[in-house]
Order: sequence, then structure tokens, then C-alpha cells
Amino acid sequence: MAFFNSSPATGAGSSLKGRPRWGERIIEKVIFLNGVLAIIVLLGVLFILLRQGLPALVETPIHEFLFGTRWYPVSEPPTFGISSFFVATLWVAGISTLLAVPVGVGAAIYLAEVAPKKVADVVKSLVELLSGFPSVVMGFIGLVLLSPWVRELFNLNTGLTGLTAGIMLSMMSLPIIVSVSEDALRAVPDEFKQAAYGLGSTRWEVIWHVSVPSALSGISAAVMLGVSRAIGETMTVLMVAGGALAMPVSPVDPMTPMTAAIASGIGNAVQGGPQYQALFAIGLILFVMTLFVNLIAARVLEVQKRKFARE
Amino acid sequence: MNMNSIFKSSTDDNSRQADSGNASSKLRMQHMNLYYGSFHAVKDITLQVNTSSITAIIGPSGCGKSSMLRVFNRMNDLIPGASVDGLVEFDGINIYEPGVDVVELRKRIGMVFQKPNPFPMSIYDNVAFGPRRHGIRNRRALDEIVEKSLMQAALWDEVKDKLGQSGLSISGGQQQRLCIARVLAVEPEVILMDEPCSALDPIATLKIEDLMRTLSETYTIVIVTHNMQQAARVSDMTAFLMVDDGHSGVLVEYGPTSEVFTNPRDKRTEDYITGRFG
Repeated sequence: MAFFNSSPATGAGSSLKGRPRWGERIIEKVIFLNGVLAIIVLLGVLFILLRQGLPALVETPIHEFLFGTRWYPVSEPPTFGISSFFVATLWVAGISTLLAVPVGVGAAIYLAEVAPKKVADVVKSLVELLSGFPSVVMGFIGLVLLSPWVRELFNLNTGLTGLTAGIMLSMMSLPIIVSVSEDALRAVPDEFKQAAYGLGSTRWEVIWHVSVPSALSGISAAVMLGVSRAIGETMTVLMVAGGALAMPVSPVDPMTPMTAAIASGIGNAVQGGPQYQALFAIGLILFVMTLFVNLIAARVLEVQKRKFARE
Repeated sequence: MNMNSIFKSSTDDNSRQADSGNASSKLRMQHMNLYYGSFHAVKDITLQVNTSSITAIIGPSGCGKSSMLRVFNRMNDLIPGASVDGLVEFDGINIYEPGVDVVELRKRIGMVFQKPNPFPMSIYDNVAFGPRRHGIRNRRALDEIVEKSLMQAALWDEVKDKLGQSGLSISGGQQQRLCIARVLAVEPEVILMDEPCSALDPIATLKIEDLMRTLSETYTIVIVTHNMQQAARVSDMTAFLMVDDGHSGVLVEYGPTSEVFTNPRDKRTEDYITGRFG
């Protein structure tokens, strides 16, 4: 504000006098409050998770909670061991990542580097449409179309398995992987590619040795966002993962990932009771897991940005 | 390495030794026209560039200097809709003939760009990029190439202790010399420079100009420049381009630099170099 008050040697002075700009100030405040609100909501969620979930982790020591295989919430006394849920989450998220990453990154390379602009625009909007499918619809598709196929292929009693859930989740995490990786590839300055072509590189060499390495941190961030989507998705896994409580030893076992455990258990849990609190504790652990993955992704994107900032 | 023919399949080579020494033409354009879609960007250019010389292309902004330069290593191929007709020869071979291997061509005709554009990797990896793409994997051989190229680019002493650092961490002038070293590592015969000093300060510019003079003993250099003093300082031959009424670039005058600058044949050249327009 000093600028408005200091009168330069040439000015007559009066017209440069500071004048309160009320509209400006109000907008500033409103925007500020919006920012604060986002933080309040985040902290509020964390607070509720901690308040409801921590008692369960005190009741059942955290290592027993994490590594115990027995989940008997209504026995007397109840036992809460979530390792089979945890392993199920790893299976499902792992399968999803394994399938979605090569396809997603390959598609991003195609869209950013190979496809003619018109084709790229159409394909990209189709891929993004995929992310708009409600997860219950994806679950339904998995139930009706994919699970019979899985059952026959592996000769199982039920087609509702971790693999089925993983395949459906891979389709759901594909859009974010494709679009974030594509953005990262498009952000690679054209000058790098020109330089590589100028040195006598083929198109493939330019893609593989310049574009992809330059975009690598963005691509890894995309992968991690896909992973956190796969970890957090609930409805689809609830519908197609099979819901068995036993420790899954093979990807084609029916299983209950952590999200599905919460969703299927919360309806029967007495509010404030031990099971209720244990489910919140699972939620807390999920929150920490996805927070961790997202933090890494954010950090990696930051590195990407800095890489291209000159000086 | 650069003894291969630019033809994809043939084996006869047009080696450098055969041409060096005599002032034969390295590059030649005859009635060359460049189009971007329906836009006639550069019209009817005829000139020849001698071996081991520096040829400057000057002219006002938008006259097609850079476009013309990129005809020599077919960089315009990367622009959709660009097409060239007429004759463009490198070592007597029409480079727009079907069957010419563009990758091999660009290996032998290197390019330095307007803005220093080192890859976001270490200084060492920047220089080793070209040789690696062309199949050199041996660490010692790469070490030698990197050292030799950086020496040639007059950058070795400044970076020899930090070869592992990012190519983007050094100053703009150093980055541009790194880009030159990166081109030299591929052992080209011709180096095209597209306003290589326009993003640099005067001292860095002088360093690059010195470097160009040294390199011209071994390499054929074609440089596009906005800076007429630079053309006058470094080049042996000067081509002056201008736009005609249809906004196409045309070659107004081409000759030895001393003549173009002291005794231009064309009134328009005189007006330009004396600063009456442009």
C-alpha cells in the first residue's frame, strides 16, 4: 500500500491518494475463508477418524490389530485382526496397478507422441468418460460380465475374486494414469525432442530416451494416484471381490479388502461399540496409506516441475 | 561412424576425406521452394555452401531464414504440412530423394538451436546422448568422446569437475556450448546453427563466435543470425533473405561476406545492412 501513499516527485498528489477498495477486500477475505474451510474439513475428518478409531488401537495393540488374522467382531471378547483385509487390499491394488500401469502409460505415450491430434482428442475424452462411470456400475459389469469368465477360466466355484476386483479397478484407475501421464509427456519441452531429432534419433529413440525419462516423475505420480484410487475404491470391490474373511493366499480367492470390510461391517456395528471403533481404525489406516501415497505423488510432481525450471 | 551413406541400404560412402581440402560445395540448393500447407514460405532459392566455411543467413524477422536452414537437415519433416521441391544436395546427393535415411542425414548434419536446450540429464549424458543412440556402449570410448567433444566446444575446463551435474545447472552460454559439444560428439560434417547466440549475453556470444571460427577449420557451418555484426565478424559467405510481396522469403543477395557488407550489389541489401529497415 506504500505505493499509493508515497507521492512521486512529478505527481500532483491528490489523484494517487489511497482509496479503500471494498469489493477487492471482500473477495480476498472470501477466498481466504474458502482455503481455510478446506483445511478445516480435512482436519475434521482426521479428528473424527482419530477419535473413533484410536480407542480400538488401544484396546487391541496395534501390532495385533495389523498382523492378527482373526476378525471376530461379535465374539465375547471380540478379536480384531485385519491382516487378511490388508493382504486383500494389497492383492487387489497390486493386480490393478500391474494391469493399469503398462496399458495406461502406453496409452499416454500413444496419445501424447504418436496419435494425430484429432484421434488423440477423441480417445482422451473417451478415456476420461471411463472415469465418470459410477463405481456401482463398474461393480455391476464385473458381476455380470467378468466374474463368469473368471470362474470358467480358472475353474473356480465363484468368479467373485480378488482378480476380478483387480481387473475392474484397473479400468477405474486407468483414466487418471492416462491423463496425468499424458500431461507429463506433453509438458516435455519440444526443444528436447527437436534436439534429439537433430542428433539423428529415430522417433522411438526420442520417445524412449527423451520424452519418457523427462516425464518420468510425472508418470510415477500418475501411477501413484492410480494406486491410491485402487486402494480407496469401495463399491466395486464390495460387489466383486467375494467377501471372504479368510486370509487370501491366491489372487483368485474370494477376499475382503479393507474398504469392503468397513462398508460391509458398518451397518451391523453398534455405534460407539468396539466393532464400530475397529472399523474406524481400519479407516484411519486407509487414510494414512492413501495420504502417504498421495504425498509421495505430490512430492514427485514437484520434482518434475523443478526439473524443467531453468536456473 | 559417419562414413555410412545417408541412403538406407547402399554401401558406397561419400567420405569427408574426399571432399576436404578443396573448396568444393558441401551443400547446394537449386530452385528450392518450401511450403507450409498452401503458404509458400521460401521461394526459389539457389545457392551453394562450401566445405569448411561459415555461411551466414541474414534478413529481417519472418523472412524464412530458420525455415530455410531446416531444409538442410530435413527438420521441417517434423512439421505437418511442410513440403519442399527443387534440388537440395548434400555431398552431391539429393536429400529429398526417396530412400534417403533422415536419421543418418541428421547425424551428418548436426543442429544447434536458438535457445540452449540441453536435456534434463547430466552434462556427461548430454554429450554421450548421440553416440549412445548410434550404438556406442563402451564406457571408455564414451569417456573419450565426451572429453574430446567438450574440449572442442571449449567447455572442458569449466565442467570437467562436474560432469555428473545437470546440464541445466550451468550458465546459458555454457549450456549453448554444451549443445555444440553434444552435436560434435556425433561427428557431423555440417553444423547448422539457428541464431545460436540470440539468448546469450555479449561475452558468451563472443565465446561462441570464437568457437565457430575454430570449428570452421574442420566443419562446414551454416548460421542463421539476426545480428548483422555477427555475420560480418564470423562468416565467409553471407546470404541475405527478404520477404517479397506474397510474404515468401526470397534470396536477395549471396556472396562473400566482405563484398556483401562493403559493396552490396542490391539496393535492398544496402538498406538493410545500413539499418534503414529491419
